[in-house]
Amino acid sequence: MDVLGKYSYWVAIIVMMIGFYVVIDRGNLLKKLVGLNIFQTAVFMLYISSGKVAGGTAPILYDGDAPFSNPLPHVLILTAIVVGVATLALGLALVVRIKEAYGTVEEDEIQAIENREEDAA
Amino acid sequence: MISANMAALQVAVPLIGAPLCTLIGRGTRAWLFATLVTWFAFAMSIGLLVEVMQNGAFSYYMGNWPAPWGIEYRVDHLSAFVLLFITGIASVVMLFAYNSVENEIAADKHRLFYTAYLLTLAGLLGMAITGDAFNAFVFMEISSLSGYVLISLGRDRRALFASYQYLVLGTIGATFFVIGIGLLYMATGTLNLADLATRLPRLGENFVVFAGFVFLMVGLSLKVALFPLHLWLPNAYTYAPSMVSALLAASATKVGVYLFLRFLFDVFGIRFIIDTWPLAEIFMALAIIAAVMGSLVAITQINVKRLLAYSSIAQIGYIVLGISFVNLTGLTGAVVHLFNHALMKGVMFLAIGSVLMRVGGTRFVHIRGLGKRMPMTMAAFVIAGLSMIGVPGTVGFVSKWYLVLAAIERGLWPVAIIVMATSLMAVVYVWRVVEAAYFAEPEANHEIAEAPWPMVTATWILAIACILFGLTTDLTIGVAQSAAVMLLGGGQ
Repeated sequence: MDVLGKYSYWVAIIVMMIGFYVVIDRGNLLKKLVGLNIFQTAVFMLYISSGKVAGGTAPILYDGDAPFSNPLPHVLILTAIVVGVATLALGLALVVRIKEAYGTVEEDEIQAIENREEDAA
Repeated sequence: MISANMAALQVAVPLIGAPLCTLIGRGTRAWLFATLVTWFAFAMSIGLLVEVMQNGAFSYYMGNWPAPWGIEYRVDHLSAFVLLFITGIASVVMLFAYNSVENEIAADKHRLFYTAYLLTLAGLLGMAITGDAFNAFVFMEISSLSGYVLISLGRDRRALFASYQYLVLGTIGATFFVIGIGLLYMATGTLNLADLATRLPRLGENFVVFAGFVFLMVGLSLKVALFPLHLWLPNAYTYAPSMVSALLAASATKVGVYLFLRFLFDVFGIRFIIDTWPLAEIFMALAIIAAVMGSLVAITQINVKRLLAYSSIAQIGYIVLGISFVNLTGLTGAVVHLFNHALMKGVMFLAIGSVLMRVGGTRFVHIRGLGKRMPMTMAAFVIAGLSMIGVPGTVGFVSKWYLVLAAIERGLWPVAIIVMATSLMAVVYVWRVVEAAYFAEPEANHEIAEAPWPMVTATWILAIACILFGLTTDLTIGVAQSAAVMLLGGGQ
């Protein structure tokens, strides 16, 4: 199997797993969002590298014949980036509100507060 | 002109209505505008269903770009049915929303609330109508992001944390979905669902396709809240504003199931499901665990809203169970249960929303003795509860009947028995509510009035529909059966 030749995919997978690990492992809500963003970025890399054609140019009009890279994944990822920005913005806004409401952005502390409320009620 | 563009208007009107709703003004005007848009969408979906039933499935090409290059909107029995019940439930919920939102959301946020609501609606409708895989992802994110906003507006501060958790898990789910689509695109070079369906079989056993399939299924299972990926759901439904709980429980997970069906049966095809893996068996096992665990946990809850949320997880189990039988009866049951469950969970969340407004809480202590104080609201809850149990004459019976029948057809007696056993568990948790409402003395002496008439009317419209569609099943079963036939025939 051609392992090194597909290095762009390996990079995407490694970055993806780093992001995923941060989301799962970190208790800080902000760091979770950072991890989530890394995770999404890895997917962008996966898409864009799939559009590359060896020796291909940018897909613009010019005289003569030349292979060009597939522009569709780029366009798709442009949309996905916008979605990612919106998600991050909303996530950060929620973290600000959580900080105001609970006075902390640590998951375990928030859960401790919630459990105490649950017992009190 | 309208009739030719119904498919586009179905999504475009709520989508354009959302920013207009912010501009149009505060309070009542925003509500009125959002309601009119919702009712318009409902009218469009009726038109689409009539069109499909008369002339069969049809496509709409966005901007006249032919598929598979342009974005295709595909309307067939299944998508028209899903569109109809989403807009139908949303229309009724909007009637309920006026007083409920007034009570639960600060006045200066009303127009933003209705804007987010319209975006959610547009996203859900888009997911149900589009014939393009990437377009489905974009609509999924539109509905999810605005859904997180709606949930975070709950009165309790825990709504914020619930919304955050849903955001993280939902984004992971959507990202898995988009990885799956990317892998399929790499293997086939197309994003159009119908085109994918014709190209995938030609590839034969392909590892990229297989990986894409797994990513898609995991991502969708998260969105659907299939056990064990349901952890975001209980808190989100419990702390969201009443109207949002009702809307999301009735529609958001259902559209997820719709995409699930689309990809499983239409894109990959029935042979893929049966041949590649013990896939049906895996889904069946997860569905049974979801049904049993969801019902058991529901019994132990002290908050009625949370009880309903766990019951939703169990009901998703039933739907996936119907799918996992991979036969006509099972699929019909699954599709019709999408609708039936939306009706009865809609009633229950609306009724409990009225309780929240009048009493100020949704725990069992709050509903003590409410059978006398809020007779209309609680009576509607009981009807939906009977339906949840599966009493003949209600919609719940119809779907359970098909599920049990499908299990017996496949010779899976133990599964049929488990479905009936979980119905008994539903008896227990519905009875707990009935007992508290009708047989316990109210703790406080002060008078609690019946909910305002729009809320009672909305609750009762759905409650009557619960009985109506339980008695006359021609429309629902007819459409569900046509959808099931199409799903089973499409992949061969």
